[in-house]
Amino acid sequence: MISVSGLRKRFGSTVALDGMTFSVRPGQVTGFVGPNGAGKSTTMRVVVGLDAPDAGEALVGGRPYRSLRHPMRHLGSLLDAAALQPSRTARNHLLWIAHSQGLGGGRVDEVLDQVGLGAVGRRRAGGFSLGMRQRLGIAAALLGDPPALMLDEPFNGMDPEGIIWIRGLLRELASQGRAVLVSSHLMGELQDTADHVVIAGRGRIIADANVAELLATVAGGRVTVRSAEPGAAAVLAGAGGSITPGGTGAFTVGGLAAEEVVAVLNRHGVPFSEVAGHRATLEDAYLELTRDAVEYRAATPGPVAS
Amino acid sequence: MTGFGDTLHAEWTKFRTVPGWVLGVLAAAAGIVAFGLLPGIGGSCGTSACPTLIGPDGTEVRDSFTFVHQPLAGDGSITVRVAALKSAVPWAKAGLIVKDGTTRGSTYAAVMVTGDHGVRLQYDYTHDIGGPAVGAPRWLRLTRAGNTVTAAESADGIRWTGVDHAQLPGLPATAEVGLFVTSPEFVAEIRQGLAAGTDSGPSRATGTFDHLTLEGGWRGAAWRSDPVGDAAAGAADGGSGLERDGDAWRVTGAGDIAPSVAGGAGVGVTVTQTLTGTFVGLILVVVVATMFVTAEYRRGLIRTTFAADPGRVRVLAAKATVLGAVTFGVGLVAAAVVVFAGRRVLRAGGVYVHPAALPTELRIVAGTAALLAVAAVMALGVGALLRRGVTAVTTAIVVIVLPYLLAVAVLSGAAASWLLRVSPAAAFALQQAARQYPQVDNSYRPADGYFPLPGWAGLAVLTGWAALAFAAAALLTSRRDA
Repeated sequence: MISVSGLRKRFGSTVALDGMTFSVRPGQVTGFVGPNGAGKSTTMRVVVGLDAPDAGEALVGGRPYRSLRHPMRHLGSLLDAAALQPSRTARNHLLWIAHSQGLGGGRVDEVLDQVGLGAVGRRRAGGFSLGMRQRLGIAAALLGDPPALMLDEPFNGMDPEGIIWIRGLLRELASQGRAVLVSSHLMGELQDTADHVVIAGRGRIIADANVAELLATVAGGRVTVRSAEPGAAAVLAGAGGSITPGGTGAFTVGGLAAEEVVAVLNRHGVPFSEVAGHRATLEDAYLELTRDAVEYRAATPGPVAS
Repeated sequence: MTGFGDTLHAEWTKFRTVPGWVLGVLAAAAGIVAFGLLPGIGGSCGTSACPTLIGPDGTEVRDSFTFVHQPLAGDGSITVRVAALKSAVPWAKAGLIVKDGTTRGSTYAAVMVTGDHGVRLQYDYTHDIGGPAVGAPRWLRLTRAGNTVTAAESADGIRWTGVDHAQLPGLPATAEVGLFVTSPEFVAEIRQGLAAGTDSGPSRATGTFDHLTLEGGWRGAAWRSDPVGDAAAGAADGGSGLERDGDAWRVTGAGDIAPSVAGGAGVGVTVTQTLTGTFVGLILVVVVATMFVTAEYRRGLIRTTFAADPGRVRVLAAKATVLGAVTFGVGLVAAAVVVFAGRRVLRAGGVYVHPAALPTELRIVAGTAALLAVAAVMALGVGALLRRGVTAVTTAIVVIVLPYLLAVAVLSGAAASWLLRVSPAAAFALQQAARQYPQVDNSYRPADGYFPLPGWAGLAVLTGWAALAFAAAALLTSRRDA
C-alpha cells in the first residue's frame, strides 16, 4: 500500500506539489491521471525517496521508502523506461538490480519471460524500442515480487498489442492483491483497467474516486435524438429533459434515460429515426472534472513543473 | 552498514557488464606494460660493459680516485695538511683514506676536505658525517685501532678535534692507507623554453698536501700512486696522478667514492623509468572511474540505482570499493610484469638499470597499484560531484594526471617539487626506486625518478585528496534530489 499525504515541493518559484494527498489500496489498479506538469512524476519520485518533499510524507506499507532494506521487494517502480546503460544487455540490467535486492539470476529469467523479453535478454538494451524498454522497466519493477507497484506512463511507446498486454498484466497484478498505481496523461488509456482514479492538477488532487461511481455521476444519461418532427424537443423538454441542439434534426437530451425518452416520444406520437444513449467514458469524466482546473490554469501565468 | 554486501554485488555486476569499462581498465594495464616493455630508449651499456660495482653493504657504488698509498699492518695513524684544493665542483674531495687494498668497491674510511661542503668523514660509500664547514688549508688525521677508524681535524696541527669514527668490520689486518683526490661530474639544470634538462660532464681536482707524518705499523715501503677505477682514463691524458715537489705532494684525480646514482650525474636509469606508462594507465583509469558514476547521471539510471538502494553514501562506497579493488588488482599485475620483466628488456637494449632490493620493488609494484586505486576513488568522487561526464573527466585528468606531466616534462626545480608535494600526483613518489644522497650532486628530478616526498607521504597526499572528493560527493549526493 502506498499513501501520500500533504506533499509540498517547490522548484525555485515553481510549485510542483501543493498538498498532494491520496492512497493506493491493495487489490486495485489506481489510475493517476492529470495533464503534463500536474505533479505525477514528482509525486512518484518523492515516494521512492529520490526527491525530498518540503512538507508531507509518503509511506510504502506504512514506512518511508528510504528506510526499507530491500525496497524493491516492497514497491516495484518504473519511473523512466529510457534510463538504461545502452551497452549493457537487458538481462544484465536486471541482474544488477536483482543483486541489489539480494536476488539471483533465476528470478531475472522469470521476469524476462513474464514480460516477453526472454528471447532478447542477451541483447544490448541500447537497441531496444521504447516499447521493449517499457517491458524491461516493468520487469525490473516485478523483480522483487513486491506487494505494491508504481508505473509512470507505462503505455508510452507501446504498440496496440503491448497496451492490451499491459492492461491484462495490471488486472492480474491487482487480482493477486497487489496495490498498483499507474500514471497516464491520457485518461482513455485507463479505461477498463483502473478500478480507481486519482486526478491531479497543479500539484494537488482534483478528484479521488471509484471509477464506477465516477462514470455514474458524469454519465447522467445523455441521449441523442434524431427526429424530423419539429415538436420533438419541446415534448421532451416538457417531460423534464434539458435540450442541447445538435446538427440537422438532431439534439441531445440530458436528465432523461434513453428508455424514458422513447416512452415520452411514443406517448406523444412523435416519430423519430434514432434514439442513442451514450455510455460515459473516463475521458468525459476527466474533462468534466478538470474543466475548472484547466480554465484556471489557462488564465494564470506560471506553468507547473513536471 | 546493513546490506553493503548486496550493494557491492550490484555495483560489481554493473561494472563488469559494461564492455567499455572492462576494456578501459584492461587497456590501462596494457598501456603500463607496453611503455615498460617496448624498448623506447637504447643505451651503450652491454650487460658486460657497465658492470655493477657493489659496496660492502650491497649498495651499488662508484669507486674512482687517485690513490697514493702504502700498506699499514695493524694499528697506526697518518697525519697530513691539505694545503690547497683546486676544484670546480662542491663535492671535490682531497684527504686521507684507509682501504681494503685497491680493489674497487672494497671497505674504506676517509677524512677529507671538500670543495664546498667542509671537512667530512665518509666510509663504506653511503655514510657521510659532516665536520667543520671549512676548506683547505686544513690538517687531517686518520687513526686505525682494530676495526675502528677515527678521524680528526685541526686548523694548526696542534689543537685537534675529533670528527667521528667509523666501524669497518671487513677491514683486513693490513690495509692500504694514504692520500686521495677525486672529483665528481658537474651537474647543471638547463632550460630552453618549456623544456628542462640537465647538463653534466667530468671534472678534475688537484689537492696539494704537505707535513705528511706516519705513526704505528708502517713498513717503510715506497709510496705508490695508483688510479683506481675511472680515474685510469683521466691518467692517460696526464690529468691525474702524483707530482712531488719537495715536501709537497700534488695529487690530481677525477671520479667519486660514493653510492652510484641514476640520472644526470650518474649512470643509467632506475626501475622507476620502466613505469613511465603509469600516466597512460592513470588517464584511462580516471576516465573509467569518472564515467562509472557520470554515465548513470547521463542516462537517468542513477534514479534506478537510488530507488534500488536508497543508501546513497553506501552506493558511492560500493562503487569506490569496486573501482579500488579492480584498479588495484590490474595495476598490481601490470606493474609486476613491468618491474620484473621491463628491466630485462632495458638491459637487453643496452640500458643500465640500477637494481633495487626486492622490498623496494614490491613497494613500487604495490605502490603503483595503490596510486591507480586511490586515484580511481578520487575520480569517482569528482564524477559524483560534477555529474556531467565531459566536465568531470576533464577536471579529474587536470587535477590528477596533469600535475605529474607538468612536473616531469615541463617544469623544473621548485615548481615541479611543489606540484609533487601538494597535488594528487604526489603519490608517484611510491615509484621511486633510488635513494637520494645528499653527498652526491645529481639532478634529482622527477624525470630521473626522484620525488620530493617519501612514498608513504605521497600516498597520504593523494589519499587526502581522494577522501576530500569522496566526502564532498557523499555529502552533496545525500542532500540533493536525484
